Amino acid sequence: MESKNNWKAWLYLAPVIILMAVFTFYPIINTFFISFLKNYDSLTGANKGFTFDNYIDILTPFGKNQTYYNEFMLTALPNTLLLTFVTVPISIILSLIIAIGLNSIKVFKKVFQTIFFMPYVTNAIAIGMVFAVIFDTQYGVFNAIFGVKGFPWIYPNPSAAAGTGLVNYWSAFFAICFYIVWHSLPYKILIFLGGLQNIDQQYYDAAKIDGSNKIKTSLKITVPLLSPQILYIMITSFIGAFKEYNSVIGLFDPKTGGQFDKSTGMENMTTVVYFIYKRMGESKPTLGYACSGAVVLFIIIMIFTAIQFKVSKKRVHY
Amino acid sequence: MENNAYENSYSSLTLVLKDDGQSVKQKAKMTKIGNIIGLVLIYIFLAAFAVLMIFPFYWMIITSLKSGLEIKKEIPTFWPQIVRWDNYSQAFARLDFLTILKNTLIVGVFSTLGTLFTTIFAAFAFARLEFKGKEAIFSILLATMMIPGEMMVVSNYVSVSLLGMTGGTNALGAYAAMILPFMISVFYIYLLRQNFKQIPNELYLAAKVDGKSDWQFLWKVMVPLAMPTLTTITILKLMGSWNAYVWPKLIVDGHKELYLVTVGLRETFSTAANIDDYGIQMAATVVVTVPLLLVFIFCRKYIMRGVSRAGIKG
Repeated sequence: MESKNNWKAWLYLAPVIILMAVFTFYPIINTFFISFLKNYDSLTGANKGFTFDNYIDILTPFGKNQTYYNEFMLTALPNTLLLTFVTVPISIILSLIIAIGLNSIKVFKKVFQTIFFMPYVTNAIAIGMVFAVIFDTQYGVFNAIFGVKGFPWIYPNPSAAAGTGLVNYWSAFFAICFYIVWHSLPYKILIFLGGLQNIDQQYYDAAKIDGSNKIKTSLKITVPLLSPQILYIMITSFIGAFKEYNSVIGLFDPKTGGQFDKSTGMENMTTVVYFIYKRMGESKPTLGYACSGAVVLFIIIMIFTAIQFKVSKKRVHY
Repeated sequence: MENNAYENSYSSLTLVLKDDGQSVKQKAKMTKIGNIIGLVLIYIFLAAFAVLMIFPFYWMIITSLKSGLEIKKEIPTFWPQIVRWDNYSQAFARLDFLTILKNTLIVGVFSTLGTLFTTIFAAFAFARLEFKGKEAIFSILLATMMIPGEMMVVSNYVSVSLLGMTGGTNALGAYAAMILPFMISVFYIYLLRQNFKQIPNELYLAAKVDGKSDWQFLWKVMVPLAMPTLTTITILKLMGSWNAYVWPKLIVDGHKELYLVTVGLRETFSTAANIDDYGIQMAATVVVTVPLLLVFIFCRKYIMRGVSRAGIKG
């Protein structure tokens, strides 16, 4: 019986194992491999042998080709890190407050829940294009509401004199953070609300008897009891934020990632994933850089996830 | 008489709390007022954010009905003065909507069917069957969810390139390249396995006694019982094809006749285009967004089931 079950079980698993071997496990190894090959051509597989250049060129200024160092180490990586460390904490705190608010009301709760979940089911690129219209320099509703007509948030002012009306890096940064936070709130609210609904009412009754006020109750009871959900959201949002791509494509010019005034910061909003995909569409044999970029991204994500698990061992209450 | 006087003096007695010199009644009233103010503040806060959440949708829809002239107005109008349905016919034409819809349906339906099959088989094996290394394999599968997809995408791109599926000249190859890597999802296997595990073992044993094979049990008992989860997977998977951008764009490499919906949307319109274009552009985003919102409204239960399940186990 057991042994019979055994081979049958493998038969049931065969489709998954075959597909994953081809499209998951082999690619992981292959990506590592290609990242050490010089001038790899994706169309023919031709290359010029083993090298560390793919890493040296993107990570250090000592490579032969400064372009990739500029694009990766001086632009894509700082952009990605900034976006991550600004949008993740803001969206977690906001969604936590909204979830606590939603959990404490009864009338219109369902209506609010539906509204707050709407951005989740939308297309990141379509809504990115809508935000681009909202932030439009000359006719955008954002500028109209705040009375700053002609302020270039994401595109230079076309009616300004040449060389002026350029996009300040930080205003573009604000616009994209605004969009990313807007788009990432729903999922977090949903998870937090689910966690809140599972918290035993007894804790709150006890706090009430002790005369604890609402804010103190939230900080001392709700947040610790919600810590498994907070950990889960932190890990998934850090991973998601490190892979930011669609929002950049939606909001800025897909071909350049936006073009900003160099004197105020990075000259565009390209991210690490943007860097990787840009290499893949190129006709030059630059796929090795895409692979080394992907490996660097993988290592960063692994380190951050490990740190979060380590910290959580002390702070998460199950 | 005396009794009455006693009662009078008793009723005028009030309990005074020492700490802040307020009577219990006053204190109760204060708490009540405080609670009401708190509740009002919560509603104001939530309403403000609700407006912020809805505003882009609202703006998308009204802009899609405006003429270029109206979009250019000094003070933006919050309702189109002249409704321009014409923007929609232009958007459909520019998007070549029937083509991108057809492509998306082909890719969506086949990758969904493929995912359903691989997921059902794998979840069944992990939930019901005994075999060596079951836990280890399952852990390895779950671990792959932590690895950024970009690691695989680069190499998969090389694979399909070497097979001649990229470049867009080989339509059948392009479809295959857009479908095959997406016929599997570890998360859905996990989701369905949890569902299968909830089905009591007694049913399985009863089926065995009746002489049913594993295969019959899977299709006659487990799959019907797991229908809600399978519906969830179907909906989320189809939405995934609708929203897919990077991979299909790399595969078809500018060949318009093979665009999926999102690729078509992004490649057809440029964001910094002339302002007269914005109405048509927003009409196109409405066309892409509304089906998703409709699916959300009518299949909310199923979407939530799949989305919220992820967070519960932490």
